Amino acid sequence: MTSKNKNWEYSPSLESTGHIKLKKKYDLFINGKWTKSSSKKYFKTINPNDEKLIAEISHANQNDVDLAVKSARKAYDTVWSKMPANERGKYIYRIARIMQERAKELAVIESLDSGKPIREARDIDIPLACNHFFYYAGWADKLDYAFPNRKISPLGVAGQIIPWNFPLLMAAWKIAPALAAGNTVVLKPAETTSLTALKLAEIIEESGLPAGVVNIITGHGDTGASIVNHPDINKIAFTGSTGVGKIIQKAIAGTDKKATLELGGKSANIIFDDAPLDQAIEGIVNGIFFNQGHVCCAGSRLFVQENIADKVIRKLKHRMKSLVVGNPLDKNTDVGAINSKDQLQIINKYIKLGKKEGAELYQSTCSIPKKGFFCPPTIFTNVAQSSILVQEEIFGPVLTIQTFRTVDEVIQKANNTPYGLAAGVWTDKGARIFNLTTKLKAGVVWANTYNKFDPASPFGGYKESGFGREGGMHGLSAYLKLS
Amino acid sequence: MKRVEILKTYKIYSGGKFPRTESGRYYMALDKKGNPIANMCLGSRKDVRNAVVSARKALGAWSGKTAFNRSQILYRIAEVIEGRKSQFVEELILQGSQKNSAIKEVEDSIDRIVYYAGWCDKFCQIGSSVNPVSSSHFNFSTYEPVGVVGLIAPQDSSLLGLVSLLMPIIAGGNTCVVLANESLPLCSITFSEVLHASDVPGGAVNIITGHISELIKPLSTHMDVNALAFSGLNELKKEIDLFSVENLKRVRSYDLNWKNTDTQGLHYITDFQEVKTTWHPIENIGGATSTY
Amino acid sequence: MKNQNKFNLLPLSPTVDKVGVEERVSRFQKRSIKTNSKMDGLKMVLNMIDLTTLEGKDTPGKVRQMCYKAIHLHDSFPGLPTVAAVCVYPSMVGLAKSMVKDSGVKVASVSTAFPSGQAPLDVKITDTKYAVEQGADEIDMVISRGKFLAGEYSFVFDEIAQIKEVCGEARLKVILETGELATLDNVRKASDLAIYAGADFIKTSTGKIQPAATMQVTYTMLMAIRDYYDETGIMVGMKPAGGISNSKLALHNLVMVKELLGDEWLTNEWFRFGASSLANDVLMQILKTDTGKYQSSDYFTID
Repeated sequence: MTSKNKNWEYSPSLESTGHIKLKKKYDLFINGKWTKSSSKKYFKTINPNDEKLIAEISHANQNDVDLAVKSARKAYDTVWSKMPANERGKYIYRIARIMQERAKELAVIESLDSGKPIREARDIDIPLACNHFFYYAGWADKLDYAFPNRKISPLGVAGQIIPWNFPLLMAAWKIAPALAAGNTVVLKPAETTSLTALKLAEIIEESGLPAGVVNIITGHGDTGASIVNHPDINKIAFTGSTGVGKIIQKAIAGTDKKATLELGGKSANIIFDDAPLDQAIEGIVNGIFFNQGHVCCAGSRLFVQENIADKVIRKLKHRMKSLVVGNPLDKNTDVGAINSKDQLQIINKYIKLGKKEGAELYQSTCSIPKKGFFCPPTIFTNVAQSSILVQEEIFGPVLTIQTFRTVDEVIQKANNTPYGLAAGVWTDKGARIFNLTTKLKAGVVWANTYNKFDPASPFGGYKESGFGREGGMHGLSAYLKLS
Repeated sequence: MKRVEILKTYKIYSGGKFPRTESGRYYMALDKKGNPIANMCLGSRKDVRNAVVSARKALGAWSGKTAFNRSQILYRIAEVIEGRKSQFVEELILQGSQKNSAIKEVEDSIDRIVYYAGWCDKFCQIGSSVNPVSSSHFNFSTYEPVGVVGLIAPQDSSLLGLVSLLMPIIAGGNTCVVLANESLPLCSITFSEVLHASDVPGGAVNIITGHISELIKPLSTHMDVNALAFSGLNELKKEIDLFSVENLKRVRSYDLNWKNTDTQGLHYITDFQEVKTTWHPIENIGGATSTY
Repeated sequence: MKNQNKFNLLPLSPTVDKVGVEERVSRFQKRSIKTNSKMDGLKMVLNMIDLTTLEGKDTPGKVRQMCYKAIHLHDSFPGLPTVAAVCVYPSMVGLAKSMVKDSGVKVASVSTAFPSGQAPLDVKITDTKYAVEQGADEIDMVISRGKFLAGEYSFVFDEIAQIKEVCGEARLKVILETGELATLDNVRKASDLAIYAGADFIKTSTGKIQPAATMQVTYTMLMAIRDYYDETGIMVGMKPAGGISNSKLALHNLVMVKELLGDEWLTNEWFRFGASSLANDVLMQILKTDTGKYQSSDYFTID
């Protein structure tokens, strides 16, 4: 007897949402207490998969920011800066541990609120966020070793503004080193993805961290602007677009506020003909379709050596067939929902522009849900360095593919951008790897891999991709005064 | 009869050459009492532009030298100044220094150059790291020069201030466009002659004299300048910050008395470095169960 | 053109990065196979098994019982498929053939001085001829790993090509014994070599060497099949053998085949599991899925 040769499909496998606890309405977490905004305004956070309301979120205004900064200052002056460093570290360890205990809940909420696949939230975002706290907890009482011959002291109150692509992970990237270095924090998550930051506030509450050391306030751009402009903030840490990064730089010009900016990118992913090709294909897919392409370091510009271009494109198209696009909560989903309607419109605008520019479009043939914000994995061939599509950050699952002939040419083209966040190089030849990794102007270079992150690994850009590093020993200096 | 002295013509230093300013303008450097001591080039925005082009062009050659070689070249700078000590002392005195303090400034400058010469091939070892990531990858972070650096030379010291910021910038492989001390400009041009005689590639350091207030804008708004350094100038800080936003220049402002001995150190080098992190997979085959 | 002469056509094998392969494989392992797709998958697995006994102590009695099981996997649960084939030594082929008759179950025989392959070519040819004459539908040959590791690729190539000729109608599975090849680069190279030399199937292991059919190795071999198909339009089968002893791992293998090669390969004409204990675990999972109760091995026959 032989088997029937019908297609074998994956049945739906939805992650359960039964165990998560969400309030209908969220207030601001200021001075260790849930505080109503004096604006009395709330905005909705919706599930990008079905556009249904998840919860209402408080819109903090100038007064709330003021209150949060005051509580952070008071906590800094009276408690946190006086606490022995090892004790400080123990609180951070506690936060890490409680996050680990509640990891599943965090993952489900992250997926619900942001649209990212549950697999990524569960296996990447949440574990990395926990690990980040765990990593920096241990630094708290060892700062002297990181900066030999320097006198170190914390900066004071840090204002931190984070994006919607990795909501909890970015909160961890910001809060953990700030606390380890002895600062107190006012953090604002992005308006479309406030929930996991608010869950983190619950965890911080549960950890017994002294009131006011971490304040989490929600809101829109105006809330962020109030933080940036607040005179009693010593440090601004921002992750987001290059455009907003420049606005922040202008706002703090001439002040003593220290800043770290982690901004946009248009990173090159370069494939040579001797590369481990099938792994390179994975690297391309992981580079641009990971988190729907909402990744500042996404490998959005693919450079393929011309003699293997057809083969690579064929393989890539074949690989794209097996990407499952759909409900983020389905454990088999590879590409989830675009974070917001606005972002989907931006992406679609670029796709339209690409077609207009005469580029050749190919999109995954998979079925796309009718409801919600979805964009199929998309590649454009027949583009040039001068195509807008190649120059501007799209922040979606859209890849441009260019070919090259020589090492020199590809280095020049890869560096021919105002950005400099990341780059990928795929070749089997060690000497060539080191040539490229040295010459590519980017803060992170992945050789024969792509989109890897680790708490111990410094991350951050050259040029208009921002400045300062997050992660590792180098991430500490962003939160310390060194003299 | 007393011999007629040959007076020195001070020109700018750009692209490894000593042209006059393209603008053809000049200003007078004055001594303490207000008497003219030299006609200086009154550099223009085009001089800045040309200098940045030269600095960008020289970046490959300078950053591409081995760190050891850069170290030797910096040491060579110190050697050459040592031989021309008296010229610098005379210029400092001419600009109003007491003899003893002039001698000290030149000697301190030489020592500072030697100090940074020694750092060239060492600072990377201190700030770099191999990062123990939780996956099968080798991951390391190391420094790379930020690129072309604009330096507004400290205005309170003619030689030591310049040396104190220029040396860490070029020790790290950057190239530099310097706006010289406006009121005490003589040493900076003489210093450029030293650089010229010291195997520093043409264009790696460019020195322009002129009005700081006029030249700050073309330098700090220049889209091909990656970082900017200045000392003091508190009243210009906001303006410089704003000028620097468009290409997100790394702005380093210091408010230090460079004559102090503690105004040198590793961090003046790393202030002008980018941290690059590189990942590569580690193939784990065999030996896994080996206990040596 | 005789297959031997095709050695010159053998393309340069791409390199393989092991860490990248591990990452890719872990993604297959994270596929969640539930409800209908699980039941369909499990039945597919049963139908792809080459039920195997390859021991020095094999006897007619043992082979007879195994062949019966191959056709009657768990008669108390109707609607189950048979396995794909029974796999035995050449001396047992005749007996096995007489047992499976027209059940649709094929008889596969190992040959070429299995498992080491350390015999002269003429002995290997005789070995293979004998199995074919005895009625083997499929021949599972081993490559000369020693020669391969010594860099004598054309020797290995020619050997496969010559065995292929002797096979006649029987389909040839070429065992690479990946556990002895050590690196995935070698696995890829050996896969390309076997495919270009005429293999109908490529197979990971003899079952005598560990590690055997790891998913990393199977992945690497599947990619060789994929590339060959893209170049030539010719399908080649895949048989991971050894070490796949539970349903979950088997299902993950199916996921991998589906995503790398496509549904066309999800039939026992193109994909097999070489295994002895897998069938019972799959049966237990099928019963569990059907009844909702966890099962005991006491209720599943050992043959």
